[in-house]
Amino acid sequence: GKDNEFSLYYVEVEENFEGGKEKQATRDGKRRRVRNSEVSRRASENRTTEAGIKRAEKKHDKRHKTARKEGEKHGRKQRRKNADAEEAEEESRKEKKNIKNERTKTLKLEDEKEKDVKKKRKKHANEEDDAKHGKTKHKDCQGMPLKEKKKQKQISESESKSESESQSDSDSESKDNPAGGVLGSLTPEELEKLKEAVDERKKLIATLRGKPWPMRKKLVSLRESQEFVEKYEGALGKGKGRKLYAYKVMMMKKWMKFQRDFENFKTACIPWEMKIKEIESHFGSSVASYFIFLRWMYGINMILFGLTFGLVMVPEALMGKPYGSLPRKTVPRVEEASAMNFAVLWDFGGYAKYSVLFYGYYNSQRAIGWLKFRMPLSYFLVGVGTVAYSYMVVIRTMARNANEEGGGDDTSFNFSWKTFTSWDYLIGNPETADNKFASITTSFKETIVEEQESRKDDNIHLTRFLRVLANFLVLCCLAGSGYLIYFVVRRSQKFALEGLEKYGWWERNEVNMVMSLLGMFCPMLFDVISTLENYHPRIALQWQLGRIFALFLGNLYTFIIALMDAIQLKRAEEEIVKKNMTIWQANLYNGTMPDNSTAPPITAHPADVPRGPCWETMVGQEFVRLIISDTMTTYITLLIGDFFRAVLVRFLNNCWCWDLEFGFPSYSEFDVSGNVLGLIFNQGMIWMGAFYAPCLPALNLLRLHVSMYLQCWAVMCCNVPQERVFKASGSNNFYMAMLLVILFLSTLPAIYTIVTIPPSFDCGPFSGKNRMFDVIQETLETDFPAWFGKVFSYASNPGLVLPFLLLLVLAIYYLQSTSKTYKRVNMELKKKLQTQNEENKKKNKLAALKAANELEQQRSNSASDLGESTLNGVNEESSSLDEAGHHRQAGQNGHFIHPSQSQHTQNSGPPVTATHTTTRTPASRGHTSSGHLPGHPHQPQKNSHSNKR
Amino acid sequence: MGGTASKLPKELLSEYQELTFLTKQEILLAHKRFSELQGRENGPYGSRVSMEKILTLPELKSNPFRKRICYVFSTCDLGDGSLSFEDFLDLLSAFSDSATLEIKSHYAFRIFDFDDDGTLDARDLEKLVNCLTGETDDTRLTAEEMRQLLNNILEESDIDKDGTVNLSEFQHVISRSPDFVSSFKIVL
Repeated sequence: GKDNEFSLYYVEVEENFEGGKEKQATRDGKRRRVRNSEVSRRASENRTTEAGIKRAEKKHDKRHKTARKEGEKHGRKQRRKNADAEEAEEESRKEKKNIKNERTKTLKLEDEKEKDVKKKRKKHANEEDDAKHGKTKHKDCQGMPLKEKKKQKQISESESKSESESQSDSDSESKDNPAGGVLGSLTPEELEKLKEAVDERKKLIATLRGKPWPMRKKLVSLRESQEFVEKYEGALGKGKGRKLYAYKVMMMKKWMKFQRDFENFKTACIPWEMKIKEIESHFGSSVASYFIFLRWMYGINMILFGLTFGLVMVPEALMGKPYGSLPRKTVPRVEEASAMNFAVLWDFGGYAKYSVLFYGYYNSQRAIGWLKFRMPLSYFLVGVGTVAYSYMVVIRTMARNANEEGGGDDTSFNFSWKTFTSWDYLIGNPETADNKFASITTSFKETIVEEQESRKDDNIHLTRFLRVLANFLVLCCLAGSGYLIYFVVRRSQKFALEGLEKYGWWERNEVNMVMSLLGMFCPMLFDVISTLENYHPRIALQWQLGRIFALFLGNLYTFIIALMDAIQLKRAEEEIVKKNMTIWQANLYNGTMPDNSTAPPITAHPADVPRGPCWETMVGQEFVRLIISDTMTTYITLLIGDFFRAVLVRFLNNCWCWDLEFGFPSYSEFDVSGNVLGLIFNQGMIWMGAFYAPCLPALNLLRLHVSMYLQCWAVMCCNVPQERVFKASGSNNFYMAMLLVILFLSTLPAIYTIVTIPPSFDCGPFSGKNRMFDVIQETLETDFPAWFGKVFSYASNPGLVLPFLLLLVLAIYYLQSTSKTYKRVNMELKKKLQTQNEENKKKNKLAALKAANELEQQRSNSASDLGESTLNGVNEESSSLDEAGHHRQAGQNGHFIHPSQSQHTQNSGPPVTATHTTTRTPASRGHTSSGHLPGHPHQPQKNSHSNKR
Repeated sequence: MGGTASKLPKELLSEYQELTFLTKQEILLAHKRFSELQGRENGPYGSRVSMEKILTLPELKSNPFRKRICYVFSTCDLGDGSLSFEDFLDLLSAFSDSATLEIKSHYAFRIFDFDDDGTLDARDLEKLVNCLTGETDDTRLTAEEMRQLLNNILEESDIDKDGTVNLSEFQHVISRSPDFVSSFKIVL
């Protein structure tokens, strides 16, 4: 195996020796040529191998540098090789005459070479040890790594053995006929082999991090394979291909490095990592999952905000006509007096209403500013783009989650999962850990009891009745809340018709307040009702979520229906205004200028011009108000429900007649499901209203940002860890599915209004058009060449669209059915593997039993002679059997079986009598003594190592 | 980068990045925490930190398997559970967010294998359950409950019916669990 390195260097030498040889040939006669070449080859071999060793050492020192400068190194190598060849030539000239001497010399040199290599290896090892230990040497810890290193060496040697053999073959050939052997040293097959070896090493490097080895071993093998790859990568390829190859390799390395750096950068950019980690360690992963969800939401809203802010609000504010230039951009005369009042602004009326925040402010001018920015088109496309982006993100995340979960619905491992996976390793808080212990214990007890009771389900009728009753009660609640909202909305319309000025604050904000209050108290009611049902906590949680979802959805849709009514009212009003407008214009003309032959400029101040009610702005305002009131109630409940409660409990506890901290009020727990749902619905409102109020994403961003800090603080300072600590991962996709449903349901009304209701005639970017989407048509006609419009109109022909849709449906169907079949095949393969595994195990077990029996017989023979001391002997035997690397399974099983049997057989022996009783400590000790000998602490580890490999 | 914050050589850092599931920042943070544990600044990163000191980390403090984790990841021959910096990195890598199921389940198996004999037998499982239910008596399971629980576990996951759960059986069971990967995590 030691020749590997030489032979490969040898290849290099022979390759570039050609040049020197040819020069020689021209100088010397043809007769001498053969001899000379042989001599020089030998000499150069010696020199270059020595040089190669030196080079390798250098390389070892500067490995990291050379790794990045593969291409440069390649060039240098070539130069160096040429120099070597020239040196060799000179030497060969000097030593032409004493060939025989030279031969003996080379033999000696070869010996020396071997010694050198040995030295080099030792040096190598020392260097690596130094690097790892940093000069302080712990002698007790050095045995292992060396051993492992040897193993690693062996592996690497065996890996490259094949190619070394082939190399040595070619070596001997070239010695026999040196004239011909020079070129043939690198045949395609060898190249192929070399390439394979290099690829193998590369694969090893790539997968090394997934290997359960200690770091030192990984480091050693990484370094070795990197060195190997570096060394031989250059030998691959020929001529022009070689340069390209080297370049490719270099670029690959650079690319990998860039990718790694980029990954690092990406993780460094994720905000609130430390906050979330702290919460994770205090409350377990379920509470933290809410904050992770919040952060994810924040990211999405960031994008939405960027789109609306950058492409709609900023262009209009900078390039559009300024405030006061148009009626739609001016506060009307009637409202002017109160337009700056705080109450009005807080309600998003007055100046706030006539600003970029709302739909109505935007002008329908086709292109604005020196950039010729197509404002209406941009407005429309951003509206569509935000929704499309949201769909994409949600669906992609869902798909990824589904991938990760991968068939976790199998309930056949109930107990095993409870034992093996129930601990949440993120928990770092002793109190949470205690809660976790308690919850694990109860879950164990529950499952045991369930297991017992599942065979004799006695009161199934009672639970069924209770569940039906609970659902009935919940339905009543939902219907009641729906009716309440409808009633309130109708009443508010009545108020609005009569004029809001007569009424107080409550009447004006009745709808929002009622919705918020319902959203606050109904979930509590549901929680009380759900105790009737007696579901498993996780299922109960999902029911609870589903119910709150239904409640919110009902509320939202009642609100939307009421809004639709309002829109119809406004449109009727608009018609009247339109008529009045013509009369007003006629009056204006008649009053100022008698001749209507030419169109005169209207001189009236924009504030005096009569205007329509602009239903779009009204919708936008409603949504903004809803968001604001929702945010306020969330924060206020946080303050009152959590903070003041915590303060009261903490400070009144000293002077109260019962224990407040553990008694009735106690501290509040963090309500994950409610908060997640609140977040989801909030997002739904954003999606719904963002088209009519471009400021909504910005507002939401602000809200989420504040929530993050406020809720983090509230959780850390006034909540206690949940009594039953759940894990969140199971419900992750459940949340995402709800988000998707909400997204769909919130885009429905928005799309409905955009498609069916004509835009207001005097406000917004689409004024004067029949429908909002006409803007696309207009752009196609005016901004694109004529043929494009033609193509588009052909393409939008129903004759083409319908087949296309059909094709899409067919494609979906096809993909779905293939995925189903794949799944089935997958399941079958799994089953096959399982059965095969079992069969193998049975076979192994039989073999192990046989072996054990044989051993047993031998032992019983020898036991009669040796008496008590056999136990140790047997153990040695068994462990040696294990180490000898028999069947792994067999060794293991045999290993497990016979100690117990031996203990049974020689129960008469005094030290082993206590082995099979139920008391734990002596039993376990007796058991471990069968695994390894006392006084050899290292052995078990090694055993486990060998088993795992 | 990070030259002032730590004395990790750059090439070693990049090798660690190559060999673990950790990012550069995480490795640097780990190094910082580790040298804090070592007590002296800029100490050589080969020297070891005793198990007692490692267990004072808040991330491990309330973990019922903390000692087992140290023993499993320690490469010291004395078996005292002391960790070198590289062992520490191994630990963090296995518990990191991006580690594969395979490596996580492998280390989980070794952590649960209390007597290091390569299989989870009834005694290992009993110890495991006792760890999970806590130290106090009121949360402990009774002997009868324990017996039933162990029987159920073995019935489910001991596929070859040899009375123990070996690594492949363990991995088979774990790989289907919905929340193992997300909960087998320790983040500095």
